[in-house]
Amino acid sequence: MTDADAPLRRTPLYDDHRELGGRLVPFAGWEMPVQYTGLVDEHHAVRRAAGLFDVSHMGEFLVTGEHAGAVVNYVVTNDVGRLEDGGAIYTLLCNERGTVVDDLIVYRHAPDRFLIVCNASNRDKVGAHLARFCEHHCDLRDVSDETGLVALQGPKAASILAQAGPGAAEAVAATKSFRFRRFEVAGVPVTAARTGYTGEDGFELFTPWAETPKVWRELLRLGKEAGLKPVGLGARDTLRLEARLSLYGNEIDEATDPLEAGLGWAVKFDKGDFVGRAALEPKKAAGTARKLVGFEVTGRGIARHGYPLKSEAGEVVGVCTSGSPSPTTGKNIGLGYVPAALAAVGTPLVVDCRGRDASAVVVKTPFYKANKAGS
Amino acid sequence: MAAQSDVRDGLRYTKDHEWLSESGGEKLVGVTAYAVEQLGDITLVNLDVKPGDTVTAGKAFGTIESVKTLSDLFAPVSGRVVRVNADLVERPELVNEDPYGKAWLIAIEPADAGEASALMDAASYRDFLSKAAH
Repeated sequence: MTDADAPLRRTPLYDDHRELGGRLVPFAGWEMPVQYTGLVDEHHAVRRAAGLFDVSHMGEFLVTGEHAGAVVNYVVTNDVGRLEDGGAIYTLLCNERGTVVDDLIVYRHAPDRFLIVCNASNRDKVGAHLARFCEHHCDLRDVSDETGLVALQGPKAASILAQAGPGAAEAVAATKSFRFRRFEVAGVPVTAARTGYTGEDGFELFTPWAETPKVWRELLRLGKEAGLKPVGLGARDTLRLEARLSLYGNEIDEATDPLEAGLGWAVKFDKGDFVGRAALEPKKAAGTARKLVGFEVTGRGIARHGYPLKSEAGEVVGVCTSGSPSPTTGKNIGLGYVPAALAAVGTPLVVDCRGRDASAVVVKTPFYKANKAGS
Repeated sequence: MAAQSDVRDGLRYTKDHEWLSESGGEKLVGVTAYAVEQLGDITLVNLDVKPGDTVTAGKAFGTIESVKTLSDLFAPVSGRVVRVNADLVERPELVNEDPYGKAWLIAIEPADAGEASALMDAASYRDFLSKAAH
């Protein structure tokens, strides 16, 4: 974790956030915009048109060298060996106990060059973990301080980005989901990946740190007519929750394994040995004792991170990992761990909202699914 | 900070961003426009008291929730609850629309008439907000 007393760090877009009326709050050691015009307003902009997010605080590591691919594939749970150049993959980073150190996206730039993106809050920890396995085998470099990152998300994201410069339209059309490509936005070379954390179609654009504002301003200008808005961390959280995307520190942490978190699809036992495999294999065979489920609060209450989940009989059986009113569905939704026996859709639950019981029911997730282009 | 928050003359204010109406025997309690701006869209109001209950200054009598967060509602002064605003159960958005009017939370008959005058007046609260902003 970041030292609580250390001064907050600022992304290259700090001045832009202030100018746009963003409310800046401390987040993982950074001063980040939690909202500009309003959380719900920004949330709807992403679902209906497009939103622009500053995620420059995230950590980036470059792994290079002849054995880079083999090392990365050994250290993460998903199969990086399936990637081609210009391909990306979501994965967990586990420790030997099979619990989650962080979740990542790994990008293959070349057979000997991989970029790893991690959560801002885990940057130091991930760096140390990777270093243990890279040592003597490949080069590891923390490039977070030179790498800006903005996310353009929403049904209009592709059409906005397509206007961004010479070759942008062709590049956007050719870049399918979890693929990436280099081109220029406002004269700045960017790497645009068709990935995101909102459940919508969209792109994440890696930029040279100091030139990030040029890209940010150009995208806001290009997207203005289409309804593009800057979006803060508040809506980022409600958007990812509706799409049932895990948040590190909530759904996953070092007390959680990927299987119970419903992320078994990102653990590939058929790829050979990897860190955490020995611990995860028996769990996979035995089945997990608890499962992460989505639920809807049907009673009067809003589930929040850390609230106890009870059975219908009133016995505490689990915990809510994330919860919020869902702006898109109008319902109060949540994610939480419950015993496997209570994980079936339709199972009644009770959320203990600070001493006030609210009825809930296990529902299918994601809570919201977009009709995505490009995937 | 964007535009300055609406602070009404003639009300008393707490550091927890609640207001208390000064006139009459019963005193209305609500949350300030500044509090509402900080919270965003209000989605749930829970009042844990009913007429006849007593509240204690600085102690929570309910909660207010926006999409993002939950905040406790603190009694500005001690006293007996005379009325509660039942409209807020069905229409929490009233807090966003009219925090100084339709979205009053509870009415209190203060135990000590002097307690309210120890709270900030509008000028002091404006000053308090300008210091809190930076």
